[in-house]
Amino acid sequence: MNATVAQLTARSLFGRRRILLLLALPAVPLLLSLIVRMATGPDEQIARTLMQTLTLGTVLPLFALIAGSGAIGPEIDDGSIVYLLAKPIRRSEIMWSKLAVASASVVVLAAVPTFVTGLILAGTADRLALGYAVGVAVGGVTYCALFLMLSVLTRNAVVVGLVYALLWESMVGGFVSGAQALSVQQWALAVTEWIVGARAQALGVEAGVPLGAAVPLLLVVAIGSTWFAGQRLRSIRVTNEE
Amino acid sequence: MSTLVLDGVSRWFGNVVAVNNVTMTIAPGVTGLLGPNGAGKSTLIHLMAGFLAPSTGTVTLDGQPVWHHETIYRQIGLVPEREAMYDGMTGWEFVLANARLHGLADPESAARRAVETVEMTGPSDRDIGTYSKGMRQRIKMATALVHDPPVLLLDEPFNGMDPRQRLQLIDLLRTMGASGRTVLFSSHILEEVEQLAGSIQVMVAGRHAASGDFREIRQLMTERPHQYTVRSSDDRALASAIIAEGGASGVRLERAAGAGSSDGAGSSDVLHVQASDYSRFVRALPALAAKLDIRLFAVIPADESLESVFSYLVDR
Repeated sequence: MNATVAQLTARSLFGRRRILLLLALPAVPLLLSLIVRMATGPDEQIARTLMQTLTLGTVLPLFALIAGSGAIGPEIDDGSIVYLLAKPIRRSEIMWSKLAVASASVVVLAAVPTFVTGLILAGTADRLALGYAVGVAVGGVTYCALFLMLSVLTRNAVVVGLVYALLWESMVGGFVSGAQALSVQQWALAVTEWIVGARAQALGVEAGVPLGAAVPLLLVVAIGSTWFAGQRLRSIRVTNEE
Repeated sequence: MSTLVLDGVSRWFGNVVAVNNVTMTIAPGVTGLLGPNGAGKSTLIHLMAGFLAPSTGTVTLDGQPVWHHETIYRQIGLVPEREAMYDGMTGWEFVLANARLHGLADPESAARRAVETVEMTGPSDRDIGTYSKGMRQRIKMATALVHDPPVLLLDEPFNGMDPRQRLQLIDLLRTMGASGRTVLFSSHILEEVEQLAGSIQVMVAGRHAASGDFREIRQLMTERPHQYTVRSSDDRALASAIIAEGGASGVRLERAAGAGSSDGAGSSDVLHVQASDYSRFVRALPALAAKLDIRLFAVIPADESLESVFSYLVDR
């Protein structure tokens, strides 16, 4: 971790207008939960559906895409990354610092609102709120690592990331059971299922991957992506022209 | 005192050879890297700065390879060509962040010294986004100087500067060179290099075309044959007079398109002159025209673009 790299990353990530998007996305399920709560009162089933499909399935990948690619993509695009690269800092350290900032944004701006969403609709019953909040946090960190790596590998990281998040995660991962083994969403859900515990099945919190596989996969992808991104950052081409 | 050595360095991108078998030594003092746009100057600077791997050959700084060698940046200060910095920060914050990234023991005083060196103390508390081109350039300089590196690489530092800013930067770089630093800057403008650089490396079309001090380079450039396109009231008479006079090695008369009617100038031909002795020809031409009572409508140097000047050096 390099505090100055993290500080510069945070400035460019939360500066400009990106912060508004990062605030707005998790606000959608939060507002919906308030409306449902006022209209029909607490409801565990609705809570699960909302956090499952909207938060974990849609909002989280988009949030992580903005946070992950936003933590390094703009610097690569406009060339200001040279100010980091022309320094005696290990490239992996740059990547870890950027992952730390993106992860912090996931925890504070996505996981915490998810917890509140769960509390509003389901209270503390069955640890549904906690389960999804932790799922969002661990899934979000892994997504961020993936999208950070994508941003180092290609200038079209946002497009590739969108295709992955929307097509693979929500379509293929939802319908084809074999593909679920390669879905960050399912890995995160396995953690949620484990936290919710005994009543998970009854509530419909069912991951397509067992916890014993999900946790190593989350770790391998998060650590592996960041390590690989650091390697590629050593050789990244900083061009003068667009 | 540090010396950059390029030994048989080539770099290609796919089928395009950007830098072709360049061997040069950049010693302490100010060196100008001169060449037209697209000659491979930026690629060469990126190779020297360790941002690109040479496809073949080696780039070393005091014997150490610069590629994939992050600690080399303790010795190198780089001023990139691109404008982008971190907007939403003040100049001071940005220079300070660069000092911290270098892991300096006392980043505040290092940043303060660098900002003073580039004379940006006053505006340094303003947002970088509000800076003029020259101010941005100076803040970029400050970030490159913050760790007091023995080697300074500048990519087109004079681009877009006004004459006053230009003079300031020339002074600054001269001081750096005089104090024993190895300063290399690229430019496509001969006069800039002439004013500043003790030694000049000329790049053309990816190749190392010439090196030496300014006088040697200038000599090479003025000695080459010059071509002119001349239009006059009597091209044929002028052509024979030019050849008789001796300053030109060849003349060619060309009938222009739409001949005879277009301009009513008495002749619509064009005369191409190959001047062998440049200074003699330009002095003789008006005298000849006056003597023969021929009016000169146009005298156009046909190949004065920097590109052709440099190409001559390569083909020589």
